[in-house]
Amino acid sequence: MTLRILAAATLGLLCFAALFAGLLTPYSYDLQDREAPSLAPSRAHPLGTDELGRDLFSRLLHGARISLLLAPTAALLSLLIAVVMGIAAGASGGIVEQILSSAADLFSSMPWLFLLLIVRAVLPLNVPAWTSVAITFLLLGLLGWPAAMRVVRASAQTAKREGFLLQARAMGISGPRLWLRQFLPTLRPVLLAQFWISVPIYILSEANLGILGLGVSEPIPSWGNLLYDLAGHREVLDAPWRLAPAVCLVAALLSMQGLTHSNISTRRPSPL
Amino acid sequence: MISAAILSIALIAADGPNPMPPQWGGELRFALRSDPKTFDPLLSADQPSELLIYLLHDRLIHWNRKTQKFEPALAESWKVVDQGRKIVLQLRRGVQFSDGSPLTIKDMAYTVNRVADPAVNSPKAGAFRPEHGKVLVESMTGDRLSITFPTIVPSIEAEVSGLPILSNTGDFKLGLGPFVLREYKAAAHLQLVRNPNYWRTESGRRLPHLDSLRIDIVSNADIEIERFRRGEIQLLDNVDPLSYDRLQKDLPGTALDVGPSFDVEFFWFNQAPTAPIAAHKLVWFRSKNFRRAISAAVHREDIIRLVFQNRGTQAAGLASPANKAWYKHGLTPHGFDLGLAKKLLRQDGFRWQGETLVDASNHPVEFSLITNANNKTRARIASILQQDLAKLGIRINISTFDFPSLVERIGRTLNYEACLLGLVNVNPDPMGMMNVLLSSGPQHMWNPAQKTPATAWETEIDKSMQIQASTADLKKRRSAFDRVQQILSDEAPMLFLAHRNTLVAFSTRIGRIDPSAEFPRLLWNSERLVWGAR
Repeated sequence: MTLRILAAATLGLLCFAALFAGLLTPYSYDLQDREAPSLAPSRAHPLGTDELGRDLFSRLLHGARISLLLAPTAALLSLLIAVVMGIAAGASGGIVEQILSSAADLFSSMPWLFLLLIVRAVLPLNVPAWTSVAITFLLLGLLGWPAAMRVVRASAQTAKREGFLLQARAMGISGPRLWLRQFLPTLRPVLLAQFWISVPIYILSEANLGILGLGVSEPIPSWGNLLYDLAGHREVLDAPWRLAPAVCLVAALLSMQGLTHSNISTRRPSPL
Repeated sequence: MISAAILSIALIAADGPNPMPPQWGGELRFALRSDPKTFDPLLSADQPSELLIYLLHDRLIHWNRKTQKFEPALAESWKVVDQGRKIVLQLRRGVQFSDGSPLTIKDMAYTVNRVADPAVNSPKAGAFRPEHGKVLVESMTGDRLSITFPTIVPSIEAEVSGLPILSNTGDFKLGLGPFVLREYKAAAHLQLVRNPNYWRTESGRRLPHLDSLRIDIVSNADIEIERFRRGEIQLLDNVDPLSYDRLQKDLPGTALDVGPSFDVEFFWFNQAPTAPIAAHKLVWFRSKNFRRAISAAVHREDIIRLVFQNRGTQAAGLASPANKAWYKHGLTPHGFDLGLAKKLLRQDGFRWQGETLVDASNHPVEFSLITNANNKTRARIASILQQDLAKLGIRINISTFDFPSLVERIGRTLNYEACLLGLVNVNPDPMGMMNVLLSSGPQHMWNPAQKTPATAWETEIDKSMQIQASTADLKKRRSAFDRVQQILSDEAPMLFLAHRNTLVAFSTRIGRIDPSAEFPRLLWNSERLVWGAR
């Protein structure tokens, strides 16, 4: 319980900072003060400035919006796809299951990074930076469903033989109503666990894309592209405060893991 | 800035190589970022292969990287005749391959025939594979030979100096360079040892001074710098500005700013009529006023200060001040002048709606700028351009791509609006820029592979480039290329931004090292380097 409270508090604090970034720092994340590049932390700039004179504290907080708000959105999207595909496969069985399972195998066997590069390459160029951010996470959400789908499919297959569904069928409940009203609520702990597992994966995916210089485009900050600026260990030794995005990323990921653990250990499926 | 850079070059040149007493023996260690792709001297195009070929093989004429003049090498002397169609070379006597076999005219003929062979498809073929006719190698009396081309070759010495001479046995392991390859372990290291039959001598002894070179494959730049700090390697031939400042502080005397490099950073607008971009944007991009206005809104001095840590020079054209023969003195970079930018835009019917610039048809001025991913320098330059142009009411959307995707867009699909890129190791001779500057060239970035020049100024560039390509008269060539550089500056199809400085580092125990801005920066005089002195 203590772990859960600590995790929730940390995550809550990070989300608060992300949501109210504009109030917590007087600087815009893209304002270049070219007369003040690479400053050390000070009262005016708690985390100093980057090479173009942009306030790093402001960029850290605005970067949190990308990581903490868009990653859960992408996780919800992939869970939605997983639920629809998983229930359809598990409930139908036969050829439908084979086709949907093969689709999941195909998606999970494809190298994500290259797939993202290809899809990104065919997208229109002239989109505002925030739209490109949304597109990046939409792609992550659209590509990330296979693992969760397998879990949902397996649960649906097991549930088909469970007494509560047989009982519901005997009462005349069938079709989508049977699965959505009777079966779906039993998946809640599984879906919550999948959600908390997916969110860190998406945060890290964006961070990886950012480290490759392919994530969120300038001037919008994300924890990924802030870490990309910190590629050499000499930079870390010279300016350890620039590790702040890594610290926040680790704190967010640990909090999510803590919440996942709590969810898995405290919640059990509860049939009818 | 330019004068400061020129002064720094002058100072370095005045110092000259470290005066050292002759010392013999020792091993020098350095690193390459990747394995060489080939050991075939006529097929190498990547930098690791080119460096090895440079160390293992030799040429008839040597291009001195410091003086930027041709010097005798396997040929003791030469003469260009027949208006640049023919070169007569006096071969040096007693030159031997690394196995002791003598260098003969047969080896020259074999090398020229092989480089000219379409089946070999050598990237070094150049003038040796003419469209019509054949290059002839003829033996003359008294160890002389002539190489005759079917047409005038404007830079005949450059062509000959770029050709490593092979043994007619076809064995690439036999070389005429200062070193021979002893061991190669892929993805690990190479070991080169002194060629006991190398032809250059000093104090009656055959060079090189060093016994061996150990070359490790280190793909990560940070690890390479750390190994240099620990003394495990002794040369760094390309240091980024931040690391340079740290090395200067931590290991005084090891880091050297050689002055402007041959590299140039620039951006351009897509002017190709077939490009899949909005018609109104094509009108903007094809307007000289628009391009000049954009150029005038860019703070180049901020790019030098913030991106290159003051270790760069504002660029006025393709040829940097490092290029002694072809840099156009008096050509100044476009200065920052927001007033001029606004005036030029108004002349083209642009106006401001609030803080947004719109064209005569009320289209807000906005364009995408593509560049290659995983390049911090370009990411920072793009951010500076973004903020500079925002002051004019122009919005830039930046997109980064992996390099193959970028090349696909700028070279084939033409699906982009503006592109920020750079040219590295720009060929010192304009002949190496034909593909970029001729309107029919596939790398004529802003409007590639035109059947006929789209504009009067491109027609003039074509004419000037053809003039410089059709004569061996250096004065005429220089005058024609100066005109090309002036047109590029006036019409601004390429908006030049900066030349980064060449930053290198080397152990203070290496003597006679004389870094150059031109590849291979630290090893161009490898046979004369000495090791062990303090």
